[in-house]
Amino acid sequence: MSTQEIPEENLPSGQGETAHGAVKVAEDPFADPGLPAHKPRIQDIDERAAKRSERTVALLFTVSMLSTIGFIASFVIFPINHIVYIWPFGHISSLNFSLGMTLGLALFCIGAGAVHWARTLMSDVETAQERHPIEATPEVKTKVMEDFREGAAESQLGRRKLIRNTMFGALAMVPLSGVVLLRELGPLPEDKLRHTLWARGKMLINQNTNEPLRPEDVAVGSLTFAIPEGLEESDHNFNTEIAKAALMIVRLQPGDIKDKQELEWSHEGIVAYSKICTHVGCPISLYEQQTHHVLCPCHQSTFDLADGARVIFGPAGHALPQLRIGVNDEGYLEALGDFEEPVGPAFWERG
Amino acid sequence: MSTTATEAKSRKAPAGERVADWADGRLGIYSLAKANMRKIFPDHWSFMLGEVALYSFIIIILTGVYLTLFFHPSMNEIEYHGSYVPMQGIRMTEAYASTLDISFDVRGGLLIRQIHHWAALIFLAAMFVHMMRVFFTGAFRKPRELNWLFGFLLFVLGMFTGFTGYSLPDDLLSGTGVRFTQGAILATPIVGTYISMFLFGGEFPGHDMVARFYSIHILLLPGIMLGLVVAHLILVFYHKHTQFGGPGKTEKNVVGMPLLPVYMAKAGGFFFLVFGVIAMIAAMFTINPVWALGPYRPDQVSTGAQPDWYMGFAEGLIRVMPGWEINFAGHTLVLGVFIPLVIFGVMLGAIAVYPFIESWITGDKREHHILDRPRNAPTRTALGVAWVTAYVLMLVGGGNDIFATHFHLSINAITWFVRIAYFVGPVLAFVVTRRICLGLQRRDKEKVLHGRESGIIKRLPHGEFVEIHEPLDAETRYKLVSHEQYEPAELGPEVDENGVKRKIKRSEKLRAKLNKGYYGEGNQIPKPTAEEYREITSGHGHH
Repeated sequence: MSTQEIPEENLPSGQGETAHGAVKVAEDPFADPGLPAHKPRIQDIDERAAKRSERTVALLFTVSMLSTIGFIASFVIFPINHIVYIWPFGHISSLNFSLGMTLGLALFCIGAGAVHWARTLMSDVETAQERHPIEATPEVKTKVMEDFREGAAESQLGRRKLIRNTMFGALAMVPLSGVVLLRELGPLPEDKLRHTLWARGKMLINQNTNEPLRPEDVAVGSLTFAIPEGLEESDHNFNTEIAKAALMIVRLQPGDIKDKQELEWSHEGIVAYSKICTHVGCPISLYEQQTHHVLCPCHQSTFDLADGARVIFGPAGHALPQLRIGVNDEGYLEALGDFEEPVGPAFWERG
Repeated sequence: MSTTATEAKSRKAPAGERVADWADGRLGIYSLAKANMRKIFPDHWSFMLGEVALYSFIIIILTGVYLTLFFHPSMNEIEYHGSYVPMQGIRMTEAYASTLDISFDVRGGLLIRQIHHWAALIFLAAMFVHMMRVFFTGAFRKPRELNWLFGFLLFVLGMFTGFTGYSLPDDLLSGTGVRFTQGAILATPIVGTYISMFLFGGEFPGHDMVARFYSIHILLLPGIMLGLVVAHLILVFYHKHTQFGGPGKTEKNVVGMPLLPVYMAKAGGFFFLVFGVIAMIAAMFTINPVWALGPYRPDQVSTGAQPDWYMGFAEGLIRVMPGWEINFAGHTLVLGVFIPLVIFGVMLGAIAVYPFIESWITGDKREHHILDRPRNAPTRTALGVAWVTAYVLMLVGGGNDIFATHFHLSINAITWFVRIAYFVGPVLAFVVTRRICLGLQRRDKEKVLHGRESGIIKRLPHGEFVEIHEPLDAETRYKLVSHEQYEPAELGPEVDENGVKRKIKRSEKLRAKLNKGYYGEGNQIPKPTAEEYREITSGHGHH
């Protein structure tokens, strides 16, 4: 497609002929030369190019229609549980893939058609429109102020102070009803965060086997999770209770335990700590048996279980609470009371 | 009279016009169209970033309404018996079960769910980048400060709408995120426990969270956001769009192409492009596979838990903060969580107040419709880059476990790096950015005065080699010199004409100092003057 074939009368006038501000520049080299002359596109001067654009746009719209038909066909044809291998995505749902691609293509082609139409066929002549200041003119402002004064005077709000003050009072108070209603959103904290289901004599139930734990079940180096006796997964409040009562149990060599109280509260080297991180409450679940460190996978607070579960790295602010344990008459591990301090994240009333 | 009336009646207007007449008689659409139909909008690629945000918002609403038809916002526990085999027989909330149903039993449900989630991620990203465009070009200046605030609110509300949204499926990952939020709420001094109890209807997690987040996610926040979007757009129309400087462009005009037809087609078409691309992304890339995680239980967790990207910097703040706690008089001040919470607010708040701070420093009360090139506002640009640096560093901090496992680094080292870099990085970024901006200003000046390096080497008769510099054409030259530069503000003499010491308010002194920091000597390169240019060009082509 060479320019020689374009009829003479369609060609734009030469660039040099539009002598924009040539004189001005001599006076001020930095003067605004004004809007540059419009550069015609091939479609502006060659009707065949314009026709090609038209066909391209129409083709895009047609592809969109076909894609929509493809979408409906995919919806009907592919079973919902059908998995196909498509490189490089791997094994994916054929229904999801075909629906998404056909819908995407149908939408994309409408967009591409419209944009191509705008860019090649619609006029691209830039024009200037005036802006007007956002501020009102002084006359308008004077008029408005006058109107307001008049209106305010007619309302007598300024003059009748009793009305004004009682109205402000009433308007200020009425939202209080709404605030009071919000009281029912939840109970008061009271000491709810201080107590868990653990109590003296409650056996430690292995979460995996759902059986009470014996000391000999806990091997050195293993990490066991336990829940209090009597708590069932089907309980209405299971999640709320386990959010506080979750317990992890490890066995250390009694000689490795550095903290005196920890040793006292343990049984034959078995120690029980709250599983809920004291940072913001994630369950701690990574145990490094050589170092006796546990790590919270959420924010990487690291606690040393051999040393009172003190924080050795990360954002947690205090040690994990320890549960005092012993063995009951039948030889099962049992709690010797509730946690002495609140489990989980710290809060204002914790102290 | 009567004859003309009947004549007019006999020439029946076309149907479209009659409908328009009918509407005009009730809505006044002709006056509206007169002002807006051929309204001129300037063109620049960066102006479409806001459009991406707008369109993804619309896509989120469309797909969100569809999802409400199938989602059960309930925390009642049931045993799952749907078609996803690995979860059969497992106890879960109805919220989680219905999300599985949407993914595995509703034909096309998975696609819509994925479009919804992808569009949300793109919505926030588009707002973020759009906001950077507005910031770095100074488009927030008068008269657009309020629209900046609307945009800021949309960004912040968008973050929380996203958060409440991805919490709804009640899967293991999202529940962990909610737990984190609850832990952070507890850290709030005095009212923390009360807010937590009231928000969750008792102790965490309780039975109300999903239903409450649902009404916040689908009604309260999007309702406010829709209002803000409309207000945002009305102001864009009312103020008329900003434009970059250049030949023929002034503060008093707007140069571009008309809404009808060009932008109707381009912007309207662009909606379909955005929607189409997001649909294809949703077809190809899985997002938030809740089925792989299982239902939420407060005593279980997966490793590598990450929030959606826009909450990543909050995650970083909470991860790298040392665990400070102060106990006194039976109370605990949880600084290790509360300080990140405050910094989170301060970092976002800084976005909101910046336009007002800058206008206070410049003391400029005029309207600005011509955009700054970032290099021509070195201090602002440097501040923006410093902020982005802090933000990105916290994203790194939030992903410290991911960085550690992927790059085989020590997580402790990454955490310490972010702790230090959060303070050092932004300062470095500020200094470096400003130097780059000043360098670019110098280069512009050089180009205007000496022309463009042509790459043609000429050998002079006495053997010297010189490169020929081609003078710029008038249009390019104008583009490089048309920006305005502030004079640094002066406080004025300390004593008045009678020799009496003038009282200068401390705030005035601070303002003068800051102003010097923005526009003082060495903080911007004076643009070339016409005299300089004449001197050089009238001479004999020496440089």
